[in-house]
Amino acid sequence: MKKNSNFLFHLYMALFLAYLLIPLFVMGGAAFNASKLPTIYPWKGWTDQWFIELWNDNRIWGAFRNTLLVAIAVAAISVPVGTAAAILINSISGRIRSVLYGMMVAPILIPGVVIGISTLLFWNNLSVGSGLHLSVLGQVSYIASFVMLLVLARLQSFDPSLEEAALDLGATHGQVMRRILLPHLYPALGAGAAISFFQSIENFNVTLFTRGGADTLTVYVFSKVRSGITPTINALALLLILFTLGAAVWYEVSRRRKESILLAHEAEGLRAAEIGH
Amino acid sequence: MQDLLRRYGTNLTYMCIALTFFWLVILVLLPNFTMLESSFRPYLAKVDEGGPLDFYSLGNYGKILGNNVDTSLFGMSFQLPVRVKVFLLTIFYSAVVTVITFVLAYPLAYYLAKIASPKSLPTLFLLLFVPLWVSEILRSFAWWIILAFKGPLNALLMSLGIIDNEIRWIAGFSPVIIGLVYTYVLFMVFPLYNAMQSLDSNQIEAAEDLGSPWWRTHWRVILPHAKPGIASGAVMVFMLSAGSLLVPSLLGSTTSGWFTQTIQEIMLGSQDWNAGAAFAFMLLLACTLFVSVMMRVFGVKLSDIAK
Repeated sequence: MKKNSNFLFHLYMALFLAYLLIPLFVMGGAAFNASKLPTIYPWKGWTDQWFIELWNDNRIWGAFRNTLLVAIAVAAISVPVGTAAAILINSISGRIRSVLYGMMVAPILIPGVVIGISTLLFWNNLSVGSGLHLSVLGQVSYIASFVMLLVLARLQSFDPSLEEAALDLGATHGQVMRRILLPHLYPALGAGAAISFFQSIENFNVTLFTRGGADTLTVYVFSKVRSGITPTINALALLLILFTLGAAVWYEVSRRRKESILLAHEAEGLRAAEIGH
Repeated sequence: MQDLLRRYGTNLTYMCIALTFFWLVILVLLPNFTMLESSFRPYLAKVDEGGPLDFYSLGNYGKILGNNVDTSLFGMSFQLPVRVKVFLLTIFYSAVVTVITFVLAYPLAYYLAKIASPKSLPTLFLLLFVPLWVSEILRSFAWWIILAFKGPLNALLMSLGIIDNEIRWIAGFSPVIIGLVYTYVLFMVFPLYNAMQSLDSNQIEAAEDLGSPWWRTHWRVILPHAKPGIASGAVMVFMLSAGSLLVPSLLGSTTSGWFTQTIQEIMLGSQDWNAGAAFAFMLLLACTLFVSVMMRVFGVKLSDIAK
């Protein structure tokens, strides 16, 4: 009975992965189909035409550049803001803490449409016109929450007595922050920067309302899908998927290598301890 | 606070406060207040602003009324303003999406937490994460290809002899639901997995040893333990679905209006920013209500949801 149900679970897992991944293959496959419409059926023969058209499409590259600039700006602002907020909230307690915490987490739960519209109206009242700078501010308002949560989690494993020791030994406040606290937070800061970057690239709702006339990749693809689309978008999608897949695999491989090095070190330590005895 | 001053000195402490202030006040609170305030003001030409016509009213909220359409529910027919209907349907179908994702995600989360061998987990998670890194628009676009009238899904089903004629998938709300479920199901899987993983497997075994059938073990042991995960997954999926603009725009048809599309049309089509603010506020209110109900029902705190 147990064996049986385990088999069903394995099957379900496999089916679920197929369900998640097959659409991506369909989309990637359509990039090579010589059909004018993006599809894999009917198959009209292999072609690399869409990649060439993608390469020659200046509007896509402009949108791509905008997307990268916005993503870099969002990461550059979200990481310090989220980190400062996490440090601040970690040092207070009681009622103020829960109120502040609620305010910091709430932006994740605000619909992107609302963030876009409120950002647009607020800055417009201050006579700041729409454009990608507003997209950056709107995106930071909720992406900083992710960074805050990551850094706050990392702060739980921080030993404050290290800072005490440094202060007692005459370190300045700046040195305590730079040499003791920040190095401990580096993994969280790196993860925060990566999440900010990818969240920003992926963002549509906030950007749509705040962008003014500027294109980002998602907005451009969106306008294309509605106004007659060619498989160039599939070529772009395939490249993006391969890029993210490459990054994910690289991350996983380096994580495993670190783990095995760590294990080797531990084994070494055990052996040394035994010899010592 | 004192602690912060002692450790990092006044300059760094003030910097932390200033950055947090910038975020919470300038980027979050003030924009939302501005939106609320403008939602009560009429949409006027520049010259009339501050004039006798510029007074607070609920006029923008009234714009959701008008244009009655026939609606039928449980066999009863009645008239409903078209935007109210769209609003209610958005809430309703977002709830449907939430339930479907839960049904799909529950066995998977259980498998990952209790059955899969720990060695295979990193690989499985890597595979699960792949679609999450692919942007939402491309994922809905993939389904746009699959569900096309002369597309691969119809061709496959016909060659298998399951259907005789092509099915028009892109009609009504079903493609929107398909797209939303596909896009957001992982936001249900991970919180559920996190919650179940912390359950001591001995408890499951104890229940089985005491003769509990599998469904009662799930109902009385695993489900109650997974409560925080269910709440946080449900909140995430519901909010993302109700707030989604891409999926309904890409996969929807004329018969499947989504409330975000109404907002978009008013903001960017009619350029009536005040009414747009009012509608956005209504969406925010509905979502806040949903979150509070979920927190009340499942007895969890905000800090449990945001993980």
